[in-house]
Amino acid sequence: MSDASIPLSVRLKAQGLDGVTLLVLPAALLLLALFVYPFSYGFILSFRPKDGSWLGNYTKFFSDPFLHDTIKTTLAIALPVTIMNLLAAIPVAFRVRLMRHQRLITTVLVLPITLGTVLVAEGMLNYFGPQGWFIRTLTLLGLGSASSIKLVHNYWGVFLSLVITGFPFTFLLTLSYVSGIDVALENAAATLGARAAARFRLIFLPLLAPGLAITFCLSFVQAYSVFPSAVLLGAPAGPTRVISIAAYEAAFEQYDYSLASAIAMIMGFTQLAVVIVVLMSRNLFYRGPAAGAKG
Amino acid sequence: MALSDSFKTLRLDSIGRAFGAMQALHNFSLEIKRGEFIALLGPSGCGKSTALNCISGLLPTTSGSIWLDDKRIDTLAVEDRGFGMVFQNYALFPHMTVRANIGFGLKMRGVPKEAREKRVDEAIRTVRLESQAHKLPGQLSGGQQQRVAIARAIAIDPPLVLMDEPLSNLDAKLRLEMRQEIRRIHQSLGSVTIYVTHDQDEALSLADRIVVLRDGMIRQVGTPEELYKRPASLDVAAFMGFRNRLSGQNAQMVGQHDVRFSACGVALQGVAMAPNLSGSVVAAIRPDDLVPVAAGEGLAASVEAIEYRGHDYFGVARATDSTELFFRSTAPLATGLSIALGAEPSKILVYPGETP
Amino acid sequence: MTDTHADSHPRRSITLNATFAKLWVITIWTLLIFFVINLFGIIGAVLTSSFATRWLRSWMPDGLTFKWYFSAWSEFQLGDVLITTFQVVGAVVVLSGLIGVPAAYAMARREFPFKKLVMLIFLLPLLVPPVTYGIPLATVLYQTGFGGTLVGVILANLVPTVPFVILVMIPFVEQIDPRIESAARVFGAGTFRLFVTVLVPLLMPGVLAALLLVLVRTIAMFELTFLTAGPTSQTLVVALYYAVFAAGVRAVQSIDAMAVIYMVLTMIWLVIALRFVNPTQIVTRGKQARG
Repeated sequence: MSDASIPLSVRLKAQGLDGVTLLVLPAALLLLALFVYPFSYGFILSFRPKDGSWLGNYTKFFSDPFLHDTIKTTLAIALPVTIMNLLAAIPVAFRVRLMRHQRLITTVLVLPITLGTVLVAEGMLNYFGPQGWFIRTLTLLGLGSASSIKLVHNYWGVFLSLVITGFPFTFLLTLSYVSGIDVALENAAATLGARAAARFRLIFLPLLAPGLAITFCLSFVQAYSVFPSAVLLGAPAGPTRVISIAAYEAAFEQYDYSLASAIAMIMGFTQLAVVIVVLMSRNLFYRGPAAGAKG
Repeated sequence: MALSDSFKTLRLDSIGRAFGAMQALHNFSLEIKRGEFIALLGPSGCGKSTALNCISGLLPTTSGSIWLDDKRIDTLAVEDRGFGMVFQNYALFPHMTVRANIGFGLKMRGVPKEAREKRVDEAIRTVRLESQAHKLPGQLSGGQQQRVAIARAIAIDPPLVLMDEPLSNLDAKLRLEMRQEIRRIHQSLGSVTIYVTHDQDEALSLADRIVVLRDGMIRQVGTPEELYKRPASLDVAAFMGFRNRLSGQNAQMVGQHDVRFSACGVALQGVAMAPNLSGSVVAAIRPDDLVPVAAGEGLAASVEAIEYRGHDYFGVARATDSTELFFRSTAPLATGLSIALGAEPSKILVYPGETP
Repeated sequence: MTDTHADSHPRRSITLNATFAKLWVITIWTLLIFFVINLFGIIGAVLTSSFATRWLRSWMPDGLTFKWYFSAWSEFQLGDVLITTFQVVGAVVVLSGLIGVPAAYAMARREFPFKKLVMLIFLLPLLVPPVTYGIPLATVLYQTGFGGTLVGVILANLVPTVPFVILVMIPFVEQIDPRIESAARVFGAGTFRLFVTVLVPLLMPGVLAALLLVLVRTIAMFELTFLTAGPTSQTLVVALYYAVFAAGVRAVQSIDAMAVIYMVLTMIWLVIALRFVNPTQIVTRGKQARG
């Protein structure tokens, strides 16, 4: 058969384009319009500041300490929280994957994520406040008092709230990666004489490295964009003035959408930079496939 | 440090393993001499993998003890027993090269690098995998991964090698090849190999002695020949390929070893597998031993299906009491044909009891 | 079981291994229980406060009352807020299902040019946090006149949920053997009938799971709604934020009453969702299609 007369629809179908493929269009168009376009628009807008110059917003941001300090402040919250959550999640996930009550634990831990940062913030204002049950219990046990331990309206309030809503997220992700490692690998290592610590160091960590890197990135990105907690539980005027607050203020209090877009871009790029650094450094630890035992 | 490798016997003493109320392994006792190849054979869920895991230490026993000569070893942690183990899905460390995988056990034992490299080379030579030494497991074929798993287990010079259905993931041709390899490696090592399988043929061809398990208990221990020709009980016989099981009545002993009985209205004679058989019995016959005979000299049956096997024909027939019979024929037979089937008395094994 | 023989090699017995393991388990459980106790403390504090007549400087409130719920209802116009929330959440669930499921089907069944690029577009909104893209999005919405309206809020919330539905559903569709569809066609089913009689029943559990998860996540979705809503298009979580933010003005107890209503709303749907999904799926976005 000559192929000059193959109809267009058949040729397209060979390429994978037919009626079914078109089903992708609504979703793709929606996201192009509501995600890609605003981002590009914001990007361009950030280069058209009120003062007319091209880099006006960016110079304003990096010359005004009130603005550029937000990067430092946000990193000072997000990095320690993420590292701590990850370091806590690894051993816990390790153990929980072997437990029978796994589903109970994961269900309870999903609660803070579902309730969200706003509710947790409101609850923390009460519970961790100077009159709240937590401090009262500490006082009762002689471990401190309302005057010596302050957990709300400061750095620690924000830190704690990010631990409460962030640890479950980090833990659940880590658990799914840890569960993906074949138990037979651990058994094989044990029969060859490797004790628990050696098994962890030589078998688990290298195999977990890619997943842990991804978990770190996702958790960090979440923590870095902290917003309601920083306002409600922190001291948004100063010590916990995070970059999202700066962006919000520029947009909705100063009505300077151009500056707001610039700040949002800076926020995005900072997150991207950290993610790239983490993903590149994990290659230092481990080369090779992340898959399980059999090829 | 590895246990002494000049031991003489491995003794398993009434090992039991319970999971809550369920007894997965019960009263497992066995004495194994150095150099023996033992196969644990049985259907799924019979407890053979449980037994293997108890011996390796991956599963603690809930009763019984394990002795290497006069040293008790079941109280040792799995990391200290020094047994080599080959897992069903090989469990090779995917992020380590073949050499690193094989040398892992030696590294854990603190063997210095030079000595380690030499022993790894030796192990690689034994399994004939020299050209793949620097590859990652993901780059190897199934058969090659198998060899790495074996090399890894033997590199530590273990007094005992445990294998958990290592060939079940390979295709038929590779399986036959690897069978020979395993036998050869076992003989070159001269230590004990305990091999778990559900494949009767594998057990028969590889083992010095076979342990047949069912429902967590040992049903019979014997050489392949003993098990093939004289299975001790009906369920072992069924497992070993005695597909025909006839219910017989009016059994009467003839001498010390033989028994006469009637089945489907015909008088038959067979070997008594229990002393003083009488009354109801079950006769077990291999399909290959059951052949068409002259009318009146065997069980009356009608042919239901016939299959060409190249060398001969495999047939299915229905006896007068509706029992399905499997037999061998040198010529094709028409379906529906009435025939008589019989077997040599020495090939008919008679067991006590009702039909299974 | 610990009787051993004299031996010169320093070996560890099984019981010592088991003891270490037990200690470790106890430590883990302790940490988890500590976390959970504090979590319940937080929830409990809100709950207690919502029923408190007065609760200033004591362990427990002076007395209990229901009045704060009524006052919160009228103060915060909770009736209207709840209606808005249901409208937003309902629209988002339905729309993300209608848009996302067919897209997931196409992504699972077809290879086409630029497919990787399309996948990236679907992946990015789940990787970039809402605040980062929310600000530019809000800007655009306000400039096109959708800012501050119910439609605007719905559109904004679709950005993370459509990709979520797609990512959850792709493994589900891939699990269905395409030969089932071929078989249906061989027996004469046209595309529509194929869809209705074969695909929909097979996909239903996955779709249900995905939409329930979307529901739970949208109720709790703060940042996007916050940035795009006007005074009449706030969802409950945003109204709660404003109430807490302006906390000096109103009684804490009525804010907490509102918080409890929010909690109950979220919990109801979480409990329903958990009957169909593994808790992990709320978080891992369908990366692990495990039951």
